[in-house]
Amino acid sequence: MKQLTIISGKGGTGKTSITAAFASLADAVLADCDVDASDLHLILKPDVKKKEIFHGMEVASVDKSKCIDCKKCYESCKFGAIDEDINIIRESCEGCGVCEYVCPTDAIEMIKRDSGYSYISETRFGPMSHATLMTAEEASGELVAVVRENAKKLAKEYGKELIIIDGPPGVGCPVISSITGVDLVLVVTEPTLSAIHDLERILEVAAHFDVPAVVCINKYDINEEKTADIEKYCSDMGITIAGKLPYDTVFTDAMIHEKSVVEFSDGKISEKIKAMWEKIENMLSLA
Amino acid sequence: MIVSITSGKGGTGKTTVATNLALSIGKAQLIDCDVEEPNANVFLKAGMEEVEIVEVDIPEVDEEKCDNCGKCSEFCRYNALAVLPSKVLVFPGLCHSCGGCKLVCPRDAISWKKIPIGRIEHGRAGELDFYHGILNIGEIKTIQLLKELKKKIDRKKDVILDSPPGTSCPMIETISASDYCILVTEPTPFGLHDLKLAVDVVRSIGIPFGVIINRDGIGNEKVEQYCRNEGIPVLMKIPHSRKIAHLYSEGIAFVSEMDEWRNKFREMFYRIKEEVGK
Repeated sequence: MKQLTIISGKGGTGKTSITAAFASLADAVLADCDVDASDLHLILKPDVKKKEIFHGMEVASVDKSKCIDCKKCYESCKFGAIDEDINIIRESCEGCGVCEYVCPTDAIEMIKRDSGYSYISETRFGPMSHATLMTAEEASGELVAVVRENAKKLAKEYGKELIIIDGPPGVGCPVISSITGVDLVLVVTEPTLSAIHDLERILEVAAHFDVPAVVCINKYDINEEKTADIEKYCSDMGITIAGKLPYDTVFTDAMIHEKSVVEFSDGKISEKIKAMWEKIENMLSLA
Repeated sequence: MIVSITSGKGGTGKTTVATNLALSIGKAQLIDCDVEEPNANVFLKAGMEEVEIVEVDIPEVDEEKCDNCGKCSEFCRYNALAVLPSKVLVFPGLCHSCGGCKLVCPRDAISWKKIPIGRIEHGRAGELDFYHGILNIGEIKTIQLLKELKKKIDRKKDVILDSPPGTSCPMIETISASDYCILVTEPTPFGLHDLKLAVDVVRSIGIPFGVIINRDGIGNEKVEQYCRNEGIPVLMKIPHSRKIAHLYSEGIAFVSEMDEWRNKFREMFYRIKEEVGK
């Protein structure tokens, strides 16, 4: 079984639109690992078959009737998650259990924290694994791990040889959790100075975790000079450009109609995405 | 006054708004809180000076004292320690620096060792006082770096915080101390969906906020409809224009070439200031 993750470093370069287009071309399990602000479901319209609560790290809970106000917990907490009046600041608590350990009267207990939901769904393109993080919750890296685990189970169950993962922006914990151990990452970038800056960082992350990367330059014609810079940079680094897509309002139009670009239009963009997909499929079969 | 520029969705124009706003008001402090992918200085082009290497504590085990009892790894909820028959392995990438292992060790065999997770740099662009943080590659301690970076906030000044995308910990850590939030969105289904998530967060924390619609003219009317129905003020609309897009691609803040926008940003800022009363 092969895994492909689509990432970008910078947000808004077109990750999810391209993932949705691939979904309509491939015979794969789809996984949305952007659990923080997920959008893939807006195109794939999943029919949820199974929903499970996700517990992140535990959270401290104080029994005020047992508390003797010794402040040992307040002094020991490294996360500033307990205030001077011994109230737990839920958003700051990382669930380490130090307060529970130092409390002399057993007034603190670590309890389960409901942090989100994971879903197993069916879509018109195949099975899908996705999730939502509850408002102001953390542990998105762990929820990403759950989504990937569920996607693997689905692949076995449905006999699929490929998992396509829509990744989050950035270079931190959820991104690392989305790319470790995959066969290939596709980095979607655009010819802007900001995106190039972010591209360099995300490629370093992929190299750091030993994941092969290829690049797609989206909206390449908004600044052809910068596109040439990206091509030069990639060629110096020995990184393949899997495809170049022109700026086209069809991306937004398809989104409004809740369709993937490939479903929505037979135009030039769809042809280019198909060509890029064939190239990536070949690379994956060799990976 | 502290104003955070934030969004659920990435790539909607947070940094565009933060840098153009900061350059328009001039005498202010701008802090780029997107330590994973800091881009504000692409537009400011300030000469940056390193002011701090941010470090965190991780455990170091004295093998002379350690009897491999396993209490530390049993306590650690992050699986950052593994006790083997003859030695203890520490996984710095998993450690949250909670201090639990040191507390539970019966033989006082654990001490702290500092490891770097990133750096903070400072620079000036005209009268603008500017900081950003840069997380080391492969590092996951976004929040710890962000907390150190936020210590640079100078409350005597007007402060603009350029937030990371999303709705989870890095975004919340950034906006939590703000007097006002500007949510930047685009008029598309993805933009609207993620705006709603961001609104939930900002409302749950209880910070007053308004919306800027970027790339106005693409997509549809649903973001505006939503704002109207929810009674959310639309502070500004930045049109989808080739000129603005081109300046962005070249790393140029558009107010520096389109002077009329300076006033629009200034006016918006002073309206917010009046509303907040700071």
